[in-house]
Formats: sequence, structure tokens, C-alpha cells
Amino acid sequence: MEVVESGQGELFLPPRMNEDREWMREHKSWALESKLMSEHDAVKKYVHDNDYIGTELYGFVRCPMSIAREIVRQKKKHLQVAGQGIMEVDILIAAGLVDKIDLTYLGYEVYGLSSVLRRAAQSGKLQINEWSNAALAWRLKAAALGVPFLPVRVMMGTDTFTHSAAKVVKCPFTGEKVCLLPATMLDVGIIHVSRADKYGNCQIDGISGFAFELARASRRLIVSAEEIIPTEEIRKYPEKTLIPWYLVDAVVEAPFGSHPGEMPFYYWRDEEHLSWYVKASKSEETTQEYLQKWIWDCDSHTEYLDRVGKDKLDSIKGMAKGR
Amino acid sequence: MEYNQNELLICIASRQMEDRTSAFIGTGIPMLAAALAQKTHAPNLMPVFEFGGTGAQLEDLPLGVGGSRTFYRALAASSICDVMEAAQRGLIMYGFVGGAQIDPYGNLNSTVIGDHALPKVRFPGSGGANDIGSLIWRTIAIMKHGITKFVEKVDFITTPGYLTGPGAREAAGLPPGTGPYRVVSDLALMGFDEQTKRMTLLALNPGVTVEQVKENTGFELIIPDTVDTNPPPTDKELTLLREKIDPTGLYI
Repeated sequence: MEVVESGQGELFLPPRMNEDREWMREHKSWALESKLMSEHDAVKKYVHDNDYIGTELYGFVRCPMSIAREIVRQKKKHLQVAGQGIMEVDILIAAGLVDKIDLTYLGYEVYGLSSVLRRAAQSGKLQINEWSNAALAWRLKAAALGVPFLPVRVMMGTDTFTHSAAKVVKCPFTGEKVCLLPATMLDVGIIHVSRADKYGNCQIDGISGFAFELARASRRLIVSAEEIIPTEEIRKYPEKTLIPWYLVDAVVEAPFGSHPGEMPFYYWRDEEHLSWYVKASKSEETTQEYLQKWIWDCDSHTEYLDRVGKDKLDSIKGMAKGR
Repeated sequence: MEYNQNELLICIASRQMEDRTSAFIGTGIPMLAAALAQKTHAPNLMPVFEFGGTGAQLEDLPLGVGGSRTFYRALAASSICDVMEAAQRGLIMYGFVGGAQIDPYGNLNSTVIGDHALPKVRFPGSGGANDIGSLIWRTIAIMKHGITKFVEKVDFITTPGYLTGPGAREAAGLPPGTGPYRVVSDLALMGFDEQTKRMTLLALNPGVTVEQVKENTGFELIIPDTVDTNPPPTDKELTLLREKIDPTGLYI
């Protein structure tokens, strides 16, 4: 295949098909054994300095915030992240834990631009590759397929491509140009789900974002769940299992795990808290104060929720939309 | 009725979409435009959101493209790959994009001003914009007019328009027949010239002159012999926007 053009970005994590296959054979288990543990233990055991990590879904929605806060709490350093995020990636950057980011979008949607990303990028502290949203998801899909790349028809002709690590080639079948996206075979994937059993069989209510792909793209997978349910419930609706147990390394029971974001059918977003964060993020000093108050001064997710307060949690629960 | 600039943008954008088709919707004004279209001339306009919500009834305004309101009473709640692959297969007709800068060929910048490694200003990045600009049949850009926004050359092409002109998209490998369709601004509605693929004025917003548009555009805009005027937002449109679509005034 003729390479017509190459993106200039560094490929942070070259696809490692065979190494990952060996890794899977060595480390993944089909045994039904309980993987229930706390945020603290899951992060301590499965997230390491220098890891390439991926989170799902999207900052303010069904996002593994309790795990992201734990990573900040434990100050895992020199991380590389797949940045399809809002607040979860934002707090990692704010805590100075991220060196490199494969970025598609980092902003606060309705609330506008991310001041944290702005400071990090404008000071040159963060090495950034650009991708489109579909590209990041498709890179995970390639990893899930166990192949080194996926040909797609986005990013071509743009500076987004130039600042990525993708390549344009001539298709050997049609002769047309296609963009090859390198597979992102993650060290750690982190996903928040609606329900899981203790083995890690997971159900997600509503849109599934890129959970399917990210789960299958990860060497180690940490899942947090709003509810832990009996395996009998999983067996009743096996078609609802989006992520099966053998992909999962840790299962964390995390009610309100997406707070201050929303969890479809469980609770609405905590608008007041989000506005506190967005306001705090405007300066370096107040950002650090936020992290101190809401992460380092809370020993666990439970303590964090105590600080948020029962009244607030009840109120956002009441605001969740039904079907 | 009196109206503000956002209300005007929403109404004009809403009128660009036909009934019984699909529109890929981003955060903000496109959501309101799609909701308004659903409640007026396009009851069967199907909104598609990038994380998997398809065919939602836009009762409450979504606050993001992955939120639960993007699949409230929807016909399908799938995934980002599912939706993006539908776009790549040619199934999605309209898509909305925006940015800090746009050039005469409709190329958009939502990444950086200045050098990429050490930018003067960092913006959020592509998100789904590059995908929309690459794959959707007709993209509609929503922009505030001004010479720092409508520029001869964007600092960074995040999202492809017609790139350098006729044939450039196809030469780059992008699907034939796709590309910028309309630009909706607070001053005017613009399209793209068939031959040159450069931005051309189509219709002025109420009370706006051709001179005003020219003064606020940092490149030579094609001005045809006849330029229409967009009808102002109707009372019906404004009432729907204020009472039904955005009653808390989040965007308008």
C-alpha cells in the first residue's frame, strides 16, 4: 500500500497486536470470581505511572468520575490519555498528571472552553495530537478488532490530520485515498455503567457511547457501577451484557459515580456543582483549591458524597427523566 | 415581536432543513434550530446525536451531545461508532458545524490560533466537527459575523470545507458530493458558488445592508446581482422558542 501522506504527530502508543495477545493469554481470566473492590484498590492495583488510559463516556454524562478522582487522589504521574473528555480528563490535567493527550475535544459544552486545557496548551506543558471524535472511537474499534489500523474517510485534507499520527494511503482495492487510523491498545480502560454483577458483567441503560470498543481495547479494565446486581439478573437478560466479565479486572460499586455529571435514568447533573467547578477552573489557584476540597480532602468516594450532601443527591435523583 | 441575534440565528438555521430527513446535531444553537424545525415545518426531521441518540423528541433542551435528553423518547439509542458509520455510509443529510474562524471555502478552525505547539489561544478541538465536515452531505455552519472570524486563511483547518477550491475535497480523498452548504450568520445567509466553491451571499438578515456584510467579512465575498432578504422570525417561531424550546433562556 502506498503511503501518500503522514500526520506529523508522534504515535504515543504504537499498536501492539501480538504483545497484547500474549498479555491477554497471561492475565485475563474466564473464571467467575468476584472482582469487587474499592476505588482506592482498583486504582492502586491497575493504574500505574506512565500508563496510557482511556475513559468513557463524556465528562458530564455517565462518566467514571469517582475513579478519575481516585487517580488524582493517588497522583498517578506522566499519564497519556485518549482525550474525548470533559471533566474527567480536565481534573487529571489540572492535577498535572498528564504529559500527552490524543485529543478530540476538551471543553465544557454549554459552559464553553476549558480553562484548564487552555493553560496547559498555551504554556506548552502538554503534548497534544489532534483527532476527530469518530477517529478516537474508531482507533479503539481497531484495537478491539485486534488489528493495527482501520481505514476511514475522515480527517483527510485538514490540519487535524497533519497534527495526528494517522496516514493517508491509496486503497489497494479501489485506488482511492483512505485515512488509516492506528489502533489504540490501551493500558487501562475506565468505564462507568448502570449495573454490573460482582464478576464484571455490565449493563448500560441508554446510549453506549464507545463503551463497547473501549472495553475491548484495554489490557486492564476498571468498571464502576451505580448498582451491583445478582448474576441471576444478568442471566435473565444476557443480551443486555455490553461488557462481559472476562474483559473486566475490577468492579467498583459507585453510586453517584458520575457526579457532578448525570447518569441517564438515575440522576440529573448537579448544575450548581458544575458551575462551581467551571468558575474555579478559571485560575490556577482556585483550580487547586477545588481539587484540594473535593478530592485530596476526601479520603474516598463515600466521603466525597458526604461532602456533596444527601439533600443535593436526593434532589438530582428526583430530576432524572423517566422513559 | 422584537428578537435578539441568537433567536434570529436559530430561526434562519431552522429554515434551512427539510422535513423527513436527518440532521447531525451539535451542542447549542443547532439543537434549538432542530427543535424549532420539528415544531414547525419539519415534524419528521430526525435529530442524530454523535454518541448514539437517534430520532429523539426534543422536549427538553439537551445540554450536551451525550446527555440523556439526546435519546429521550428516541427511536434508537446506540453508540458513536454506529452513528458515525451511518454518516460514512452516506445516510445523514444535514450537519451543523461552527468555529472561531471560517474562510471563503468554508474551512473551519476550532483548534488553535497561532502555532499548534505553543498556541496563542487554544480552543476545544474537532470533536465531531471534522467527521461532520468530512462525511455529511450538506453542512451548515453557524457563525457570528466579523473580520476576525470570516478570514482569508484560517489559522488551522480543523474541519474541511472545500479546502483550496473545486475538486480539492475529492483529491484529498473525501467522499464526492459532500461539503459546505450554507453559512448562517447574524448578518446574512450565505451559500457556495457552484464553479469556484467560494462563499457567496444569498440573503441579508432584516435591516442589514450589503455594505455591512462586506465590512464584516475579511475576504472577498461573492455578491450576486440579486440578494434576497430573510423574513424576520415570526411570532410563532419566537413563541415556540421562548415558551417551549428554551423556557429558561439557556441559549436565547
